[in-house]
Amino acid sequence: MHRRDFMILTGMGLGGLAVPRAFAQSVPAEVLGTRLDVAMKKALADTALAAANDAGASYCDVRIGRYLQQFVITREDKVQNVVNTESTGVGVRVLVNGTWGFSATSDLTDKGVAGAARQAAAIAKANSKNQTAPVQLAKTPGVGEVAWATPIRKNAMLVPIKEKVELLLDVNAAAMKAGADYVNTLMFLVNEQKYFASTDGSYIDQDVHRIWVPTSATAIDKKSGKFRTRDGISAPAGMGYEYLDGAAGDKVKLPGGVIGYGKTYDLREDAIAAARQAREKLTAPSVKPGKYDLVLDPSHLWLTIHESVGHPLELDRVLGYEANYAGTSFATLDKRKEKFQYGSDKVTLFADKTQPGSLGAVGYDDEGVKTRRWDLVKDGTLVNYQATRDQVHILGEDASHGCCYADSWSSVQFQRMANVSLAPGNKPLDAEAMIKDVENGIYIVGDGSFSIDQQRYNAQFGGQLFYEIKNGKITRMLEDVAYQIRTPEFWNSCVAVCDESDYRLNGSFFDGKGQPSQSSAVSHGSSTTRFNGVNVINTARSLG
Amino acid sequence: MIMYTEEQARAILEKVVALSKADECTATLAGSTEGNVRFALNNVSTSGVVSNVSLSVQVAYGKRVGTATINQFDDASLERVVRRAEELAKLAPENPEFMPALPKQDYESSKTFDDSIAAITPEYRAEVAKDSIDPCKAEKLIAAGFLNDSVGFTALANSNGNFAYQRATTLDYTCTVRTEDGSGSGWVGRNEDAVSKFDASEAIRTGIAKAKGSAGAKALEPGKYTVILEPAAAAGLISFMMFGFDARQADEGRSFLTKKGGGNKIGEKVFDSRVNMFSDPSHPGLAVVPWDGEGLPRDRVDIIKGGKVEQLRYSRYWAKLKEKDALGVPGNLVMTGGTKSTAELVASTARGVLVSRTWYIRLVDPQTMLLTGLTRDGTFYIEDGEIKYPIKNFRFNESPVIMLNNVEELGKPVRLSGDESPLLMMIPPMKLRDFTFTSLSDAV
Repeated sequence: MHRRDFMILTGMGLGGLAVPRAFAQSVPAEVLGTRLDVAMKKALADTALAAANDAGASYCDVRIGRYLQQFVITREDKVQNVVNTESTGVGVRVLVNGTWGFSATSDLTDKGVAGAARQAAAIAKANSKNQTAPVQLAKTPGVGEVAWATPIRKNAMLVPIKEKVELLLDVNAAAMKAGADYVNTLMFLVNEQKYFASTDGSYIDQDVHRIWVPTSATAIDKKSGKFRTRDGISAPAGMGYEYLDGAAGDKVKLPGGVIGYGKTYDLREDAIAAARQAREKLTAPSVKPGKYDLVLDPSHLWLTIHESVGHPLELDRVLGYEANYAGTSFATLDKRKEKFQYGSDKVTLFADKTQPGSLGAVGYDDEGVKTRRWDLVKDGTLVNYQATRDQVHILGEDASHGCCYADSWSSVQFQRMANVSLAPGNKPLDAEAMIKDVENGIYIVGDGSFSIDQQRYNAQFGGQLFYEIKNGKITRMLEDVAYQIRTPEFWNSCVAVCDESDYRLNGSFFDGKGQPSQSSAVSHGSSTTRFNGVNVINTARSLG
Repeated sequence: MIMYTEEQARAILEKVVALSKADECTATLAGSTEGNVRFALNNVSTSGVVSNVSLSVQVAYGKRVGTATINQFDDASLERVVRRAEELAKLAPENPEFMPALPKQDYESSKTFDDSIAAITPEYRAEVAKDSIDPCKAEKLIAAGFLNDSVGFTALANSNGNFAYQRATTLDYTCTVRTEDGSGSGWVGRNEDAVSKFDASEAIRTGIAKAKGSAGAKALEPGKYTVILEPAAAAGLISFMMFGFDARQADEGRSFLTKKGGGNKIGEKVFDSRVNMFSDPSHPGLAVVPWDGEGLPRDRVDIIKGGKVEQLRYSRYWAKLKEKDALGVPGNLVMTGGTKSTAELVASTARGVLVSRTWYIRLVDPQTMLLTGLTRDGTFYIEDGEIKYPIKNFRFNESPVIMLNNVEELGKPVRLSGDESPLLMMIPPMKLRDFTFTSLSDAV
């Protein structure tokens, strides 16, 4: 659901800027480098824990959060807005009579946090009357007072606004010079300062940083009225400002003359390419629908992994907890028992909350569980799911996977997707060599339109760049391409995965789930991958 | 949460505006308390109450703008937040599209506050969960649902003498009902402006009927069909299209509402002549706050009349450039129709597909507003005016622009809130020909 948020932010929606609800408060720049005092946070947390205990809670966790965001929003030669936001407060979650209750307040006083704890307990009590399945919480060892921080080299929040504005306007000018009629470039920065304390004896102080710099170039053919857009292929990252270094060693020469990006990103270079390719799209021939072998770049495949693997293997969806909103899953528990063939033997998909540079990397999740890596699909077979403390007993395991997250102090934490990635192939193989074997195919770079059903069977994906492959060679650019899949057939049609040298991360900065809806950020890595005989449709229409 | 009265809000805001030494100052004070209960697998899963109040101060020196916020309201804090905004404005780059603070506005009145919703308790929410779960349990069905209620206020004032204050409440309920074997799924949604209009025990009957009726679906070949979209099914496509009703996008040549050769399609017939849409903040039973986030008044505006595009959204900057009137971003959308219910539309259909709900709708091509998405929670085959049997869900690739040119008949509009749209809507059920389904989905 992240695309909708992006559309609204860029004004591609109804025009004006609408900052998402969770990012609603604005603050001046000078507070962006500061942090709340740890001793103060511990004292407040202890007050809340004691109040919960007095109110009859068998378990309580307290999250004191300070969430900072910065948006720099530009189009062509204009800065549309610079927004600094801050949101500070505390969320208290308690278990009473085996039932959850949650309350949150921005009042960071002893009275405020104790009141929140008592209200959470009252809510739990009210709901426990109708409860028939008490919560079973997996044991999690208390870790005492610890700290974790995203290993950034340069705190993007502290880079002067002037420098950021100059960069984005320079990039826009370069794209316009390269043939764009319009260009939007944005910078989104996030710093989550999260303090977690629980009755298990954990006091965890974390400092999490994320950056995303999307750009989009539009070219118009005034004569025909046709317009085409090419979005940047940057990856949102769990990094500091160093993500924008665009180091030569982080660039990958891809088939079709496309430049891909690894650990760091050259925004200017990609914006110029976007402008040129948007114009090229205006005259590219429309695809002939039919079956094609698809060669998918990591800048594209991440979204297919996200929708067709990441979401269906979330245990809360599998169990039915998300039935009313995000949906359920075809990958039911009996399928794991039956060793369900999720994909071909080339397919190993793993969850990892520790991968450096990824959006989902943290030291501990939002219920105090130390993060780790585990397999979801091993050599094609479904082996596991993503679970939280109150779910993992259903899998016969006694320790949580560490998949609990809340997007704000004011939101209740629940199961969210870990970084889910496709393991690279074992044999040396790059994209050029992969294409040499393809007779009739399409090479796709960048993510586009996406939609999938509520059980994650039937999906449709577009992209940014499509290249026809004939007899092992890229022949020309194509347009109006979308492919439709049935998830297990698609992953079983995987015949080759490029090696580790081609492995790159991409991801979603705004992934929506839950009621009330919460946003999370998650990365997905892969190398270029080939799928045989996929159904491609033509999306061109005429309005007469 | 402290529910500020108009006098209390005015006192804070006027103090802030008076403190500012900048060329202009706009202050906004907003707060809300939201309560919810979420249930799944016939049990309550989460429940909570969240309160927050914040003051936002925007000041400008020429075309340089700075914004700062705070959630403490003593005199020293108010002084500090104003000075911070001023410092930031002095550092900011000039915005060539800057528009000065609004002059004093006249806002229509709209009834957005209801005492019964403001008085909702945790016990009431727990009862709603129980009233949803118990009938499902009795029929060996599984309920998952969500009730969210809010009470809040918003107020704004600026150095040009504009002031506004409004209280608002919301009540939104959704529930998905599934058969134990996972072969059937139904859904019901209610958005009401008073507690007395909402009865979970009554609403859940719709979810139960759809869940039972959709079990054992047969596969129909994808292709073009006459469809009856229930209001919840049509709302997703129509509200998505409304994102494109922007004059600047169209004038810049990157919209389905761009006119060939330049300009936009205001005044042109783009839809079937029976298609009419308007927004009106004080529409009976569909009240929304009578101004938008910027403070621009939301007046009654015809958007589509007799199939013609009557009005696109002009931001203040674009309106000035094009010498048009700027309009507030609409908070609601009324699509008019006829008098028939969905069942009556079915009764007059020889052969077609009834769609209860649509899902995961995304833009495929902005040039034609082509959308893709899926049907869910009850898709049925109609023959000779009767529902014959449930059918498997479809993926569609369809443009609402094309769809609203293929109108056979419109029914009686009902109130609903969108899955992914900020708009409160009145949408009729509609019978449409040649709706394009492109593949089957195994999802239930």
